[in-house]
Amino acid sequence: MSNSTWPLWEVFIRSKQGLNHKHVGSLRAPDATLALENARDVYTRRSEGISIWVVESANIHATDIDEVDSFFEPSDTKIYRHPTFYEVPDGVKHM
Amino acid sequence: MEQKALFEYVLRMADDSLILGQRLGEWCGHGPILEEDIALTNISLDLIGQSISLFDLAAALQGEGKTHDDLAFLRFENQYKNVLLVEQPNGDFAMTILRQFFFDAFRKPFYEALCKSPITQLAAIAEKSLKETRYHLKHTSEWVIRMGDGTEESHARAQAAIDHLWRYTHELFYEDAIDAELQASAQVPSLKAIETSWLETVKAVFAEATLEIPANNWKFDGGRQGRHSEHMGYLLAELQYMQRAYPNMQW
Amino acid sequence: MTLAEQEKRFQEKIDNEIKIEPNDWMPDAYRQTLIRQISQHAHSEVVGMLPEGNWITRAPNLRRKAVLLAKVQDEAGHGLYLYSAIETLGADREQTIDDLHSGKAKYSSIFNYPALTWADIGAIGWLVDGAAIMNQVALCRTSYGPYARAMVKICKEESFHQRQGYESLMVLCKGTPAQKAMAQDALNRFWWPALMMFGPNDAESTHSEQSMNWKIKRFTNDELRQSFVDATVAQAELLGLTIPDANLRWNEERGHYDFSEINWDEFWQVVKGNGPCNKERIEARVKAKENGLWVREAANAYAKKRAMKKSA
Repeated sequence: MSNSTWPLWEVFIRSKQGLNHKHVGSLRAPDATLALENARDVYTRRSEGISIWVVESANIHATDIDEVDSFFEPSDTKIYRHPTFYEVPDGVKHM
Repeated sequence: MEQKALFEYVLRMADDSLILGQRLGEWCGHGPILEEDIALTNISLDLIGQSISLFDLAAALQGEGKTHDDLAFLRFENQYKNVLLVEQPNGDFAMTILRQFFFDAFRKPFYEALCKSPITQLAAIAEKSLKETRYHLKHTSEWVIRMGDGTEESHARAQAAIDHLWRYTHELFYEDAIDAELQASAQVPSLKAIETSWLETVKAVFAEATLEIPANNWKFDGGRQGRHSEHMGYLLAELQYMQRAYPNMQW
Repeated sequence: MTLAEQEKRFQEKIDNEIKIEPNDWMPDAYRQTLIRQISQHAHSEVVGMLPEGNWITRAPNLRRKAVLLAKVQDEAGHGLYLYSAIETLGADREQTIDDLHSGKAKYSSIFNYPALTWADIGAIGWLVDGAAIMNQVALCRTSYGPYARAMVKICKEESFHQRQGYESLMVLCKGTPAQKAMAQDALNRFWWPALMMFGPNDAESTHSEQSMNWKIKRFTNDELRQSFVDATVAQAELLGLTIPDANLRWNEERGHYDFSEINWDEFWQVVKGNGPCNKERIEARVKAKENGLWVREAANAYAKKRAMKKSA
């Protein structure tokens, strides 16, 4: 990285109380303080948020694309984790 | 009589906001990096917004049926009452940020005090503008610190900007009969206390930025009385171009 | 998995409207085409700030000044959303910007035309943003996830851009004869360049077919151009302005407007750098980057010092 290139940051915004922070995009900033300020100016020009997280992109760890099958398919077969797996007679209420 | 003084007082504030907003608008599309381009434009937008509210109030106080645009666009140069600081050219990024920092460090305590004014419309404008100004000051302080304590070049540029702009900062606290009259009836705050607060902010940020207040304390003023620098005429030539070339039209 | 199998699986996803995400396998040509297309688009947003930006200091009243500032600033934001989509493809934003500055990367030719009068600001909003929106709405469903998401955000924000342009022209058209003449003159100068924005005819377009299969593009250049003409004629009539094309007329049989052939010589000349403002536009961007160098370096140097102090 040249001396003039700023690191990349991922931006997450909570749009209102009660919701999770959601990934909205990325930007360049020299440090966390300016990353937050830049995120405010770039991603909340229309009152889109009440809270911002920034994470340097290099610090994000993601699942490996080659392991998708072993990571996620096993849960596909555990249908008993879902309420629709169970039959309840008509007339039973509040369940 | 007090009405007249208040009109002049609000006009000074409005002109400060308008002229600085106009200057910052020149950066749009030319910032040092896209993210900062957007940040500077946000500050410009806030200032133009403040000037609209202030010109509206001034026009109402004047009572001649004028609009905010009449006041903003259709005066002669010596009728604009902004401080000389805000009309200074953008220069490099250091010059722009330092100009903005000096101004924000003044406007924040000024608006804080003005929130307590018994003139409700003015207090309301101060309250809304204060939130914007706090953010501006935070942003410009961050940059003053980064330039001051960044590289040799950025330090030199920041210090050069300070050395040049320092002479214009004194005028932020200019007071005359208009201020005296309004202060006597406790309608607006004294600028003495605000100057103290301003200097504290400047010293604190400069200390962190390893920058220095110039030893040369030579000072300029004249803007509040309508005596401007040579730069002002060119700024107004652009600002007023459409209104002067096509008078009395709607846009 | 063999390459052929991977390619097959990739195309199946696309055919089934399943979005491609950054870490998914993708053909190299798909990646390169996307980087080229998205960076072109990002550069267009950023270079597009310049002609309109010229008028910020001269806007005729405070409301228009604020609107124009907000609009040009949005374009910076949109450029950023798109650069951020490019970075998910492993491309470096600064490298793509350097390609723009060296002339290797292109941007929309429309921004090489000058904004000479205040009416041009209205015409740019109405026609240029109008043409861009035609393209962008279609791209909200493009196959690459980050690109599609950026486009959704951009389209949402752009909806005010075209409207403010049209509204501002409406004021001129209802104003004095001098104002109306200014509006007509702006339409005369921007109409053809706006039609050129959709690119060469389908027969001439080198990337079209593959891009359609990959669903990077969802409509052809000529389809989009036709939709634009069809939508714009009535809008011009409502303004009381005349579109500068003697051959423009409704074709009952096709259910579309017929219009004259574009001056393709002019199109290619401007693409190749010989438009009225190509040089100024690139110079302005190069200057911004060069003048910003010490600023970006300073912030990095400061961050490094801070990090060292912290760890010490």
